[in-house]
Amino acid sequence: MAIYYSEEHEWVLVEGDTATIGITQHAADQLGEIVFIEQREEGDEFEKGDEIGVIESVKAASEIYAPVDGEVVAVNGDLEETPGKLNESPEGDAWIYKIKLSDASQLEELMDLDGYKALIG
Amino acid sequence: MTDAPKRTPLYDLHVELGGKMVDFAGWEMPVQYPMGIMGEHNHTRAKAGLFDVSHMGQVILRGENVGEKLETLCPQAYATLKEGKARYGFFTNEDGGIMDDLIVSNAGDHYFVVVNAALRHQDIPHMAANLDGVEVTEIFDRALVAVQGPSAENVVGDLCPAARELKFMETTVADINGVECRISRLGYTGEDGYEISIPEDKAIEVSRAFLAHDDCEPAGLGARDSLRLEAGLCLYGNDIDQSTSPVEASLGWAMQKRRKEEGGFPGAARIQKELAEGAAKKLVGIKPTGRAPARQHVEIQCLEGNTIGEITSGGFGPTVGGPVAMGYVSAGHGEPGEKVNLIIRGKVQPAEIVSLPFVQQNYKR
Repeated sequence: MAIYYSEEHEWVLVEGDTATIGITQHAADQLGEIVFIEQREEGDEFEKGDEIGVIESVKAASEIYAPVDGEVVAVNGDLEETPGKLNESPEGDAWIYKIKLSDASQLEELMDLDGYKALIG
Repeated sequence: MTDAPKRTPLYDLHVELGGKMVDFAGWEMPVQYPMGIMGEHNHTRAKAGLFDVSHMGQVILRGENVGEKLETLCPQAYATLKEGKARYGFFTNEDGGIMDDLIVSNAGDHYFVVVNAALRHQDIPHMAANLDGVEVTEIFDRALVAVQGPSAENVVGDLCPAARELKFMETTVADINGVECRISRLGYTGEDGYEISIPEDKAIEVSRAFLAHDDCEPAGLGARDSLRLEAGLCLYGNDIDQSTSPVEASLGWAMQKRRKEEGGFPGAARIQKELAEGAAKKLVGIKPTGRAPARQHVEIQCLEGNTIGEITSGGFGPTVGGPVAMGYVSAGHGEPGEKVNLIIRGKVQPAEIVSLPFVQQNYKR
């Protein structure tokens, strides 16, 4: 198991050829109180950099960008009814997708925790 | 504008209270405090919020027959505005569009006018050029603080008993902690409350006195926006602008009968025609059925799929507990209960036209 971070403030928890992805606590704090999430569906394929969802806070709408290429294998459906969980435990219960990785070598382009901590200062 | 944003007399207090400062209309203002937008919104509806609105322009008009002269610029009955009363209104342009909205108070020996922050530079020359024989003085040495919510009467009244005696849209001058303030019972949240004009060097002291009340917490621009949206109140630049007429903006209530009949204000021809025959579009409340907020510029379609208008203000309404919006729909549409579709990021989201406000106004009449 290894965890990676993207410059778009997502975390990617890798187990074999699948990964769980979500937004970081820092991202959730910056967005403010989250009131809505729009998610892709199971089976959707995407490439790194694609918009794979939208999070709306009381302030504004923000896109979620794919940190790597992959396919959605599970969607955290709880978030539709309780988007506020994204503020409470964005790095725990409030994961957004489980995905199948298409190209594990892309993980090398992401940051480790120290790198991410340096990014957010 | 390349100028650095200006700071209000309350800037240091905002920073001390943990306000998250943003540039708004050229002013460095708190968008929220640590409580958060939703918390501040809910606190204001339940108890009282204190808002810094010092970025708005405060203007004093002195001269003969100021109210009558204002009627040449506004479709409101300011000539008959009694001493101690305030009235919402707007400047119209020659095409019948809205140049700005404002509050005019008859303060006895002068008139007190509050205009939008971004439009001070338009409005003051406009008044100076068109109000013959009226001395137009912009006030730069006073803060403007709004205390809004059901507890506002206690928050302000405990320090200033005269405030309790005011009714909605009444104004007076009274001491708060020994500081002479102009206190007006009005606001822009849909709640009971006051706007208080305070000498700048005493603004923090008086604000602290309000905040010392258990029921009063600071609230930022974020909560101010969601509160006014739920209250169905227009935001200049979003819901109303130089091209929209007051009839289109569903502001007929803000034009008094005599003025609507007589005319005699800029753009009267268009406004009177629209009053008689209806306007090409009108501002309505829109309640999305799902959870997705519909923000400014979202397209509104009728169920047949034709575009009928656009959202002008929208977001999440904490008191409503879901998304709320306002927007314009073309003539023939806009009856409460009408089903429409909103196109949000390319997806069709169902919504319904509703009557405004979303949250019952709670004024002390």
